[in-house]
Amino acid sequence: MMHALRNQKVRGILFQLLTVIGLVAFLWYIGSNTMSNIEQRGIKTGFEFLNSTAGFGIDEAPISYQETDTHGRVFFVGLSNTLIIGFVGIIFSTILGLIIGVLRLSNNWLIRKMSAAYIDIFRNIPILLQILFWYNVVLKSLPAPRKSLEFAGDIFMNNRGLYIPQPDINSTTLTILASFVVAIVSIFFLNIWGNKKQEETGKDFPIIIIGFALFIILPIIAYFIGGANFNFDYPSLQGFNFRGGKSISPEFLALTFALVIYTATFIAEAVRSGIEAVSKGQKEAAASIGLSQYQALKLVVLPQAIRIAIPPTINQYLNLIKNSSLATAIGYPEIVTVFSGTSLNQVGQAIEIIAMTMLVYLTISLVVSAILNWFNHKMKIKER
Amino acid sequence: MAVYEQKSVREAPSSSKGVIHWLKDNLFSTPSNVIMTLLGLYLLYIIIPPFVQWAYTDANFVGDSRAQCTGDGACWVFVKMKMDMFMYGFYPEDQVWRLNTGLGLFIVLIAAFKFLKSSKLKIIAFFIYLLAAFILVNGGLLGLDIIPTDKWGGLMLTIVVAAAGIIFSFPIGIVIAFGRASNLPIIRSICITYVEFIRGVPLITILFMSSVILPLFFPEGMTFDKLLRALIGITLFQAAYVAEIIRGGLQSIPTGQYEAADAVGLSYWQKMLLVILPQALKVAIPNLVGAFISLFQDTTLVLIIGLFDLLAMVRITAADSTWLGMETEGYVFVTFVFWAFCYGMSRYSQSLEEQYNTNLK
Repeated sequence: MMHALRNQKVRGILFQLLTVIGLVAFLWYIGSNTMSNIEQRGIKTGFEFLNSTAGFGIDEAPISYQETDTHGRVFFVGLSNTLIIGFVGIIFSTILGLIIGVLRLSNNWLIRKMSAAYIDIFRNIPILLQILFWYNVVLKSLPAPRKSLEFAGDIFMNNRGLYIPQPDINSTTLTILASFVVAIVSIFFLNIWGNKKQEETGKDFPIIIIGFALFIILPIIAYFIGGANFNFDYPSLQGFNFRGGKSISPEFLALTFALVIYTATFIAEAVRSGIEAVSKGQKEAAASIGLSQYQALKLVVLPQAIRIAIPPTINQYLNLIKNSSLATAIGYPEIVTVFSGTSLNQVGQAIEIIAMTMLVYLTISLVVSAILNWFNHKMKIKER
Repeated sequence: MAVYEQKSVREAPSSSKGVIHWLKDNLFSTPSNVIMTLLGLYLLYIIIPPFVQWAYTDANFVGDSRAQCTGDGACWVFVKMKMDMFMYGFYPEDQVWRLNTGLGLFIVLIAAFKFLKSSKLKIIAFFIYLLAAFILVNGGLLGLDIIPTDKWGGLMLTIVVAAAGIIFSFPIGIVIAFGRASNLPIIRSICITYVEFIRGVPLITILFMSSVILPLFFPEGMTFDKLLRALIGITLFQAAYVAEIIRGGLQSIPTGQYEAADAVGLSYWQKMLLVILPQALKVAIPNLVGAFISLFQDTTLVLIIGLFDLLAMVRITAADSTWLGMETEGYVFVTFVFWAFCYGMSRYSQSLEEQYNTNLK
């Protein structure tokens, strides 16, 4: 017996067995306690509540929603708002982060210092504080609808939100939208074709110029194909508030501003470290074999910089989506606010509701890390 | 014999020195640079002067009531009058000396760390301090009244949550990191599941879980303090991040160290605690400070589950009917406090990184 215990393998198995027994016992203990507690307090179990009427309104519902709809519908309203804020936040924080990250390495002293100051200031202020600051201080101090700030004649901003013209949905709008999709897809394939061509012939394919041209020409063609009927629904002041156009709530604005400004600091640092990681020798080598500055950037520096900058950036996207859950502090109706908040208060089935919410975020995380793994695998330096 | 005299060093040509030249080189070297500089100056011009005017030139600093805030600028009198609330929350005024003593003892502890040579004594001093601080803040011993945790608040609560979070999550994180690096498959998969689960969900859902579901896990009659529930949530959350950082440190230790420890006959725990962990921690320290900064920022989330941390104090103090509409001043003040703490720590972690970087390469 003692002899067997000295064997490392036997001890390993024994130790794992004890851990599993301990874990199962612990789970059984809390499980049975939970069951008896739930019974005593008369809390229902199961997912029946998803079919019961919610009975509360939601101000911003991207999918149609009425008070008479079910809690299941509330879940999807919250989920779609989470995805919307995630999508918008990712787009804008990438743009801002890229700009700040590149400016951080500018040869202009003032610009360099200002970008560094931006990063040092905003990454050191808690994101929840930034959200509350935008919501309670900046947006609340805007004028009332009657004295709205006016931009370009048709964009209005006041303490009830931002009002922008919205294009009518007709054949023209739809063909223009379709033309953007066509442009993106064709640029993607042209890029692949151009790279292949370059490897074969050594001739550079001007993808950036052609890409820009496609983005301008295709929508113009689409405008005429679609019947040249492009109308906007303009917001206008009627009574005490604006009607028409597209209105964006102060909750959404505060959340977007705070998330974008905060996340951009981290993306900027990722971009900077990616560019800095490309050694000087690489740039000099590119110059010495006669590549132009643009060629050196496109063929030598960026491919190496991207490999380093993308993984932390994708992690920041994930953080942005997780941080969007703080919307619950200002009441933007994403999943934590409406489902883990309002629905939970009405139904009282905390375990089911919080588990479903966590599952949403876990799924998003798993998808994002799958993308990240795929990227890392694709970008791995192929050594011979 | 020829005599060679060293000529005096020539001065740098006037075109490469001086303020003008520096300006030309760094700000106005090319047309696009000139535009950038002007844009930058304009941006500074529209941000800084109005802020200085609001926060300093037109602001009111003296006085003790709202009526004395006559200027157009900030009313810092509000922050001054509510300073006790921002710092100590609802902690009884006649007991505040206990918190200040705790802070004073902390300074003594830092000083003692400079003098104590042996790390064993340092650890003992640290634990004595923790015990003393707990008794001072919470009370219940040595004739000190117990102050219920719903009276705790302000910066003091923020620091308590952050400190407890890091102190408790640290050992748990180490154990999980060991588990993840172990070659026992079941242990490893349990640890991986835990870390990936926690890192995949937002802290707020974990706080909801610990404040709403946790009481259901334990038998009837066993009640948890609201603060304790928040601390459990934050500790479980932070442990996953600490584990991930320490795992990074463990991975940087060459296999030879493990083999050498095995070769001299150390047991698993001797090997891990005496050989591997000290080296791994040294690598991980800058990242641990980084994790502590984000923990410090994350403590603000406890306001969502109804605790009164420094950030929550803004709303509470500005709800006072004599000081209505003072939220802006409160937010700016609290922003500055958080920023100063986090920026200080991030500079500290950068200096640590430089310090340790040289050892590795």
